[in-house]
This record gives sequence, structure tokens and C-alpha cells, in this order.
Amino acid sequence: MTAAPAASAEPIVDLRDVHKSFGHVEVLKGVSLAVPKGGVVCIIGPSGSGKSTLLRCINGLVPIDRGSIRVASFDVHRLKTDAEKIALRKEVSIVFQQYNLFPHKTALENVMMAPVHVLKEDKDEVRVRAVALLGKVGLSAKADVYPGELSGGQQQRVAIARSLAMRPEVMLFDEVTAALDPETVKEVLNTIRELAQEGMTCMLVTHEMRFARELADVVYFTDGGVIVEAGPPAELFDHPVKERTRAFLSQIL
Amino acid sequence: MSRRWYGPLPQATDLAVLLPSASRIAQTAAAERIAGAFRLRLRPAHGVALLALFILGCGLAQAQVQPGQPSILATLWKWTPVLLRGFVFNLVISAVAMAAGTIVGLFLGFAQISLLLPVRKGAWLTTHFFRNAPWLVLLFYCMFLLPFQVTIFGVTIPIPDWIKATLGLSLPVMANVSEIVRGAIQSIPTAQWESAASLAFNRRQTLWMIIFPQCIKRMLPPWMNLYAILTMATVLTSIVGVNEMMSLTRQALSAENRSGLLLAFYSYVLFWFFLYCYPIARWTVRLEARYAVNH
Repeated sequence: MTAAPAASAEPIVDLRDVHKSFGHVEVLKGVSLAVPKGGVVCIIGPSGSGKSTLLRCINGLVPIDRGSIRVASFDVHRLKTDAEKIALRKEVSIVFQQYNLFPHKTALENVMMAPVHVLKEDKDEVRVRAVALLGKVGLSAKADVYPGELSGGQQQRVAIARSLAMRPEVMLFDEVTAALDPETVKEVLNTIRELAQEGMTCMLVTHEMRFARELADVVYFTDGGVIVEAGPPAELFDHPVKERTRAFLSQIL
Repeated sequence: MSRRWYGPLPQATDLAVLLPSASRIAQTAAAERIAGAFRLRLRPAHGVALLALFILGCGLAQAQVQPGQPSILATLWKWTPVLLRGFVFNLVISAVAMAAGTIVGLFLGFAQISLLLPVRKGAWLTTHFFRNAPWLVLLFYCMFLLPFQVTIFGVTIPIPDWIKATLGLSLPVMANVSEIVRGAIQSIPTAQWESAASLAFNRRQTLWMIIFPQCIKRMLPPWMNLYAILTMATVLTSIVGVNEMMSLTRQALSAENRSGLLLAFYSYVLFWFFLYCYPIARWTVRLEARYAVNH
């Protein structure tokens, strides 16, 4: 692993007192967290604790009600126009639980689309990079295959390559292994591990506790829309302070 | 957006014995609402029945042949070139009306999902007005409200009746295409929009590069069904005096001035329409089945 990021560094993702309600349901009740550049953060917690919403807030897919979110040079909570949100999303990429590849495009085209049409980069250069990215996620042989013919794990790795093609500063992973069968989970996790080791800033919502323990600099345990407890994985997993954390961990470990 | 008519159907019955057919009928109804019209379900048996009707008509006519008159088949054969010329006219009207209606309908369909409220509401109103108006009434509107000629910069351009009639038929086509487009776009999972947004595609790029290409497969079967229905509806133009197959058949019958030809002639007309629409209907069913598996 690369050297642990300096704790004093300016955080690249900075959330302060973030609130979000859907109708009468308050999903986020004041969440604050910071991720330094190159840091790897895992967010764990029971279903419905607002983990996915949190990630969607960070790249502006879900507008927040109160608080502030700063990512790189963007004040996400102040972004109004589509153009501003688009500028943000060039820096922050999200990978979804259900992969959401474009079914009418091949794996390679999926990876190439955004750089060519959004970043307006040269198509031939993008192709070279896209082929390299597919190689990196171990899918060189599947470049011309449509998503419908790929396994879940393969689709998810294409989705990761597609996000990486945008050269984002921050990668968000929203339970990316939750829809996969156990055998393919490993191949996706390996891809993410490599990324993290190369110094990519990663935020993962995950149920893979062993993975979180191995990779994360900091693990956040969320429940009921708040961060119950946070700390380095060794501390949080082995010596949880809060009763709620202990109860959760005892159920899943 | 106006999704309210497209929710899941309420349970039609609580009698267990009726459930299989009730759910089948509900499915058909749902598909027909998306298609905006009844679904053409032509089977080979329908062709056989038509043929039987035709033979019966010929038999009846033949029985009434007076000495010295040509046989019914000879009479039909004599008129066939004229009738077929009319039939080709029907097809031309259907093709032009379909093309015009599709082009405008595509715009209208996109307008129905516009982010601008007035555009969206206007498109919705236009769509539903023309979709729910009787085709014949629209036809009469166009025939009698449009001028028979227009003068632009001193040049007088006549507008023939069949153009006006084609325009009249293209209005309901436009509205139905609009609805097909809207329905197809809204049937694409929102995850695709989300995924495109997170890759920094703007709305127009998302629509054109990601959503709409996925819609084409879903739009094709109802669009083809609409075309078959339009082809059959072109005979309506005979009422407003366009010289298509129905009008020519009527003229042929009055020229012959013989009793007993009616059934044979009109079955003959029906048979030609069947020959044309049957392959379209079968192909539509095939496509529907194929695409249903893929999604």
C-alpha cells in the first residue's frame, strides 16, 4: 500500500452537517465527514441508514436540504445549473450496485462514450485508453461484447472502467458487490483494491467487512441517518465504543 | 408527468376460475393502451375465412349471371387493373400520412417530456386531442376547412383532395406516435438516466445517445401496428371523394349495374387489404416476442 495520506492535508471531500429529507422521512440527520486526497473510506451500516443517499449527494445527484458539501473545488450544495453539476461530475464518478451499463453499446463503447462526448477528447486516443482500462480490469477479451452477454461481475468491472475513463479525482462505490454472486465479488474487489493502492480517493458503501478492514483508512458506521462511530478499521471492528456498533457488528461478523 | 393512466391494472375479478383469462385480457388492454390502438392479430385462419367469403360471393354472383353476360371471374379480372390502381393509391396515402405523422409525432413526443411546463402541457393536450378524436371527423375537418388552393407570392398552388385527406389521416398518426415515443422513453429505467448524469452527460446527450436508442426497439412493434391500422383506415378517404380502391369499387359496381356482384367485389377488396396487412401484423408479433425476451 502507498503511504498513508497525510492527515493534515486539505480534504478533497468535506461534508458538514448534511441534512436530507424525502417527504417526511429524514434520511440524513446531520452527517459530517472528511476524506483526504488519496484516502479510502468505507461506510457501513444497516440497510436504510442513508448510505446510498449520502454518496448520491456527494456527486450532486441528490440535492441536500441543509449543510455543506465540498468536493475538490466545488461547493456541491451551491451548484444550481446543469452545467455546474456536469463540471462536478467530471471529477467525481459513481459506480452503482446494478452497474447500469448502457445495454445498446459494447463494453468498449460504454467506456469510450463519456470521454468522447462529454470531455470532447480525441476518439482514437480515448480508444487506446479505454482498451488499456479494460485490460486493467481484466476484460480485454470482452471489449466488443454487449453488457447483456457479460456476467454481473464483468459488467461491474466494465462500469468501473467506464468511470475511470473520466479520470475522476474521487470514486464513489455504492454497494458495488451487493448484487453479485460470491465468486465474482472477489474480482470486483481486486479491481477496487488496485485502484486504492494507486492512490485514487475512494469512498465505498459496502457490506464487505473484511474488505473494509483491509483497505480502509477510516470506517464510518452509520445508522438512522447519523454517523454513530468512526475510526480506523482495527479500532472500529475490534473495539467498538458504541453499543449500537457492537450490536451491528455482532450480527454480521 | 402524466403517468396516471399507465399504472398497474386493478385486479379485474376475484373469481379464481376467471383469473387466467382476466389477466390475459388485462395484458392485452395494457399493450393496446401503449400502442394507442387495438392490436392487429391477423392469423392464417382469417385469410381462409376471407377466401371462403370471396368464393361464396362469387358463387352467388355466378348463380345470377344472365345469359350473354360474362362470368363473375371475368368481370373481376376486367376490373382488377382499375381496382389495383386504387389500391396503390391507398398505399401511397398510408405511406405519406405515416411519414408525416411520424416526423411530427416524434417532436411532439419529445415535447411531452420537456422540462418546460408550457411545452409539456401543450404537447400533452395536442396529443390527447388528436389521439381521442374520431379519425373521420379529423378527415372532414381537413377536407372542408383547408382551402382548395393557396396563393403564395402570386403563385396559385392547388391542393388536391387526396393531399388534404392524407393530412387529415396524419393527425391521429402524429398523436399516436407521440404517445408511443413518450411511453417508450418513460419505460427506460431511471437508473439509465442516473448513470448518464453521473458520467456528466447533459440532458440532450442523455436523450439522444443513451435513452432514445434504447427506445427504438420498444417503439417498432406499436409503430408497425399503427401503420397497418392506418392502411385500413385509408378507405375512409373514399367518403370525402378520393379515388382510392373503395371509391373505384363503387364506381365499378355502378358501371356494371348488375345485381349480385356486391359480396364478390367487396370481399375481393378485403382480400387485397388482408394480403398487405397480414405480413405486417405477423412481423409485428414476431418483433414483440423477440424484444420482450431481451428486456
